Amino acid sequence: MRFNKIILSFVSALVILFSTSVASFAKVVGDKIILGAAISLTGKYSSNGVHTQNGYNMAVDRINSMGGVKVGGKTYKFDIIYYDDESNPKRAAQLAERLISQDGVEFMLGPYSSGLTKAIAPVTEKYGVPMVEANGASRSLFTKGYKYLFAVLAPANLYLDVAIDLAVEKNNGKGVTVAMAFEQDAFSQDVRLGVLDAIKRTGSKKVIDDKLPKELNDMAATLVKVKQMKPDVLVVSGHTKGALTAIRQISEMKVDVPMLAMTHCDAAKLSKQHGKNSQYALCASQWHKTLTYKDDFFKDGMTYDADFTKEFGYAPPYQAAESSAALLVFKDAFERANSFDQKKVRDALAATNMQTFYGNIKFAEGGQNVDKPMVLFQVMCDDAGKCENKVVAPTKWASAKLIHPIPSWSKR
Amino acid sequence: MDFMVFQYPMISVQACLDGILLGILFALIAYGMALQWGVMNIINIAQGDLVILGGYIAYFMYLYGIHPAWGVIVAPVIMYFVGIAIYKLVINKVVDRDLFISILATFGISILFMQLMNFAFGADVVLANSDYGTTMLFNNNVVLPNSKIFSAFISILFAICLVIYMKKSKLGRAIRATAQNARAAKILGVDTEKVYAATFGINAALCGVAGALISITFTIHPYMGLPYTIRSFMIVIVAGLGNLPGVAMSGMGLGVFEEFADYILGTEFRIGSVFLLLVLILIYRRFKLSRKREYLK
Repeated sequence: MRFNKIILSFVSALVILFSTSVASFAKVVGDKIILGAAISLTGKYSSNGVHTQNGYNMAVDRINSMGGVKVGGKTYKFDIIYYDDESNPKRAAQLAERLISQDGVEFMLGPYSSGLTKAIAPVTEKYGVPMVEANGASRSLFTKGYKYLFAVLAPANLYLDVAIDLAVEKNNGKGVTVAMAFEQDAFSQDVRLGVLDAIKRTGSKKVIDDKLPKELNDMAATLVKVKQMKPDVLVVSGHTKGALTAIRQISEMKVDVPMLAMTHCDAAKLSKQHGKNSQYALCASQWHKTLTYKDDFFKDGMTYDADFTKEFGYAPPYQAAESSAALLVFKDAFERANSFDQKKVRDALAATNMQTFYGNIKFAEGGQNVDKPMVLFQVMCDDAGKCENKVVAPTKWASAKLIHPIPSWSKR
Repeated sequence: MDFMVFQYPMISVQACLDGILLGILFALIAYGMALQWGVMNIINIAQGDLVILGGYIAYFMYLYGIHPAWGVIVAPVIMYFVGIAIYKLVINKVVDRDLFISILATFGISILFMQLMNFAFGADVVLANSDYGTTMLFNNNVVLPNSKIFSAFISILFAICLVIYMKKSKLGRAIRATAQNARAAKILGVDTEKVYAATFGINAALCGVAGALISITFTIHPYMGLPYTIRSFMIVIVAGLGNLPGVAMSGMGLGVFEEFADYILGTEFRIGSVFLLLVLILIYRRFKLSRKREYLK
């Protein structure tokens, strides 16, 4: 019995020793810069988690094949350690801890969603690990005074305020009436705050302000109110559920509203799932392939779209594009810092001022990107029922003219 | 608080009709739960997940170009066998144990189903388009999507068929006998094991029908099952076991209650109000029971 115990302890000691020696590779090994990322590969965010991972991988391959990262006269290649956070914030925080303290990762890429980024940010901050994230847009991420968090995307409060401006512009500069329906989660509520700011700024008036539950799959009550109040604009934000439910019920209940603006249309594959019923919906997007930003690695949006489609078999949603951009930012920062010292890299990140195929990137004090406006596209369908997303605002990037007001259902 | 629903009478009519149509669908799911609860004394936490799985069957038919309405025939057939399989693998091991064990077991099945559906079908929110159009009433002031009317109609049809089956068929009578007294039924030659399996299968089949209807009327997602479990639990608690008219009334009542809560308190309190009602009813029942106990003493 005792002998067995001794053998057991010996074997466990060996296992522990072996596992730590395998896991303890540091941030830069040989010619490799190892980044860490906890990504939702399973669980409710897994679709967008996979888009994020594909975006990261695409950029790693591209940067590595085009000469890698030059630091101190030596060329390095990117490599990423991924863990699956199961779409669970607690797990994400544990994995960040593990990546940093066990795997020795010194630079991180962000997870998918504001909620998970919120869970990871305190950990990276504690260890002073610079993190470039591409999928956490919640405003609250940028007001906590984090020094090591950098987001390549525009914050959530800028998602739909463009729509209010557009409606006011169409109303000859006069204020409009706005109906709002927002899910009760960090992201959508930030979008709501942005819309409220825009309403105040433009002298508009909110007539409906509904909060949708997380288990949202029925918003008939909100839409009945919209029918009754006849607002000029209806704004909806509730991730893919919200976008799909809204279009389904608006078309079924024949709700006529001059302007309908939403988020997450392309993630919801709106035009694919709803066809012509989704026509005329305005959608906030971080990126669109027709934007004319350029860089040396992916050339421009159209090329990125073609290359990504070739590699992964589907057109890149903006979640993939922004994830690729995060790697370009890291490469640029490493080269400018000319060092792997975390503090120097952090300072270089803070001083970033560059253009990528995804957009201009320049970080504010809080870490959010302030140099890239959101775009609005409108779903436009031809007679055969083939639908396409076309950028209609801001005017600088517009590839089609906004159709306003939306024709009533009786005339469609 | 928003009392718009009372200012415009048409909104009240809309809320009532929406609630009734929705409630009939809930009642179908709840009837399955009441059936297996009554017969096997099992509270099935995975009820909502069976519903969602049924929804995915209709959705996949839709993807392959078959009209999703056929899902109300195909989904219950497939789900019946899924139900039997779950019974053989897990439920038969907990059927005679106390309620807590069965809740734990079905909770486990629920988690497993969510993850498996996520793994197999992805985490995207999906729906099946029926293109059934809309019915306008009262000078276009009340709008009813035909998909909701279709759902309610099919639910009623299935409920009626089930009642007739329970009354007339041999298996139906065996199920009712087992529900009344399993031991006596066994002594009199009823194969209770078979009855249990069939009951669980029938419940899963009802969930399949409801799921197919939900994919046509609303949206489905691997993690959307729980609200359906809660609603059916609530309906069964109010109506009691083995009381089909009670289940139907309580389902419609819950539907209307949810709609009005949505208008008055706001959509964010819709599911919350169901929970609150559940707690209130449980407290009321306990209060009533304790008074009865005192009286007996």
